[in-house]
Amino acid sequence: MAGELTEWNRYDSRDHLIRYLAVLGTIVAFLVSWRLLEVNYEFAATAPREVSDLLSRMYPPDAAYSGEIAAPLVETVSIAILGTTLAFVIAIPTAYLGAENTTPNAITYAIGKFIISFTRSVNVIIWALVFVIVFGPGALAGAFAVGFRSIGFLGKLIAEEIEEIDPVPVRAMRATGANAFTVALYGIVPQVKPALIGLATYRWDINVRESTVIGFVGAGGIGLALDGRIDAHDWNAVLTILVAILLIVLVSEVVSAYLRSKAR
Amino acid sequence: MLHVTELSKTYPTGDEALKEVSMEVDGDETLAIIGPSGAGKSTLIACINRLVEPTSGTVVLDGTEITALSGSRLRAARREMGMIFQEYGLVDRLTVMENVLSGRLGYVSNWQAFRRNFPADDVRMAYETLDRVGLGGFEDQRADELSGGQRQRVGIARAILQQPKILLVDEPTSSLDPETSRTVMELLTEIASEEGIPVLINIHEIGLAVEYADRIVGLADGRLVFEGSPAELDEGSMDLIYRDGEAAEESESTPDRPEAVGDVPST
Repeated sequence: MAGELTEWNRYDSRDHLIRYLAVLGTIVAFLVSWRLLEVNYEFAATAPREVSDLLSRMYPPDAAYSGEIAAPLVETVSIAILGTTLAFVIAIPTAYLGAENTTPNAITYAIGKFIISFTRSVNVIIWALVFVIVFGPGALAGAFAVGFRSIGFLGKLIAEEIEEIDPVPVRAMRATGANAFTVALYGIVPQVKPALIGLATYRWDINVRESTVIGFVGAGGIGLALDGRIDAHDWNAVLTILVAILLIVLVSEVVSAYLRSKAR
Repeated sequence: MLHVTELSKTYPTGDEALKEVSMEVDGDETLAIIGPSGAGKSTLIACINRLVEPTSGTVVLDGTEITALSGSRLRAARREMGMIFQEYGLVDRLTVMENVLSGRLGYVSNWQAFRRNFPADDVRMAYETLDRVGLGGFEDQRADELSGGQRQRVGIARAILQQPKILLVDEPTSSLDPETSRTVMELLTEIASEEGIPVLINIHEIGLAVEYADRIVGLADGRLVFEGSPAELDEGSMDLIYRDGEAAEESESTPDRPEAVGDVPST
């Protein structure tokens, strides 16, 4: 009997139809979006000339200006440190509520999940606009913007770590008569500690990059200087700033990778 | 001392793990709870200190009705019951000393616990207890650096540090080799007599139960079906515990029935 089976199809005809429609739908979505954008092809055609023009105006970078960007650069890194710390402090209780195995009840779980989704879904630029209104322009608004954007990221990943822990030590701590705080302190925190250090460092590194753009909406840092130089058409200084941003991002990535390798 | 009265537990899945179990434990006796997997042994132990919430029935320890307590009073009652786990329940990334001192968590403030700033008496008791369980000098090792037997002894030291009125022990030897199992059982019975407290041990190795227990309780399908001294644990009672009484009942009606071949645990 088995020898007579010579035909084999990975998908039956219904699956084939669904797959065909999915591909068709994707192509249609692409074409419709393209038409809606009403791309100006004349602008696109002049792009190579514009690029070489811009580059020639930028080069060489303004070396004299580099002294002036030290302060905004330090401010950028500080915004990232302050924002990450703020996010970390708020993310820990949020993660405790948002982890299935530690949250006290269904309502607290929903609150935890809501804080995580809400802070994550709002872009850092929008948070920056909000906090510039609240605190006025400057680094404080920037730190809060970067911090709020990070709560959901850290909260979600820390909650996942909490859900992965070994439950027996937690039971053992409860059995000693410890309260909820000390149970968490001895039963949970040691188990997630390397992850906490790794995630906080990783988020700080992301936040250094985020902190370079929030200056465009007045929330401090190197972006403020960049915005100013672009407005002044000071293209040599712009290149200096772009090189500085590239360097600071590279350095923060190296530092973050090193610290994360040490945390395990 | 410990009075368990008609204790029942039905899990949300509908699984009736305990059915009106009543028992008493007193003095410094070592009581072994035996029975097949799923008989409710672990549920019984965990209902006593209410890590698992019993559905009905009462647990009274030294005049305090554990089943009527909540919040801080329940936590205070838990301090009086030391618990020892099959998987040790140690916090791997903490040191031996931190694990042992965690037995005092019910007695210190949050701030002291955070700072690892335990009272001098607690620290002295921790050193003494480590010596007593044969782990002197191991205090600064991380818990995950120890062998299984050493880890279980840290678990025992942690329970002793609670200065409990009773020890609740859940399958202490399941993860250990036979020789280490015997050392652990000896240590547990020794503590019972030295501290003058009763020890309640869930155990599936009948040999160890018979050798070390003063009294044996048999659970089958959530019911208490046997209670007596190790000498009283005969073939009939073994059938009752491990074959749900079927073999015993059948052998009454058909005396010539050949001996059943099945999953009888080796004794």
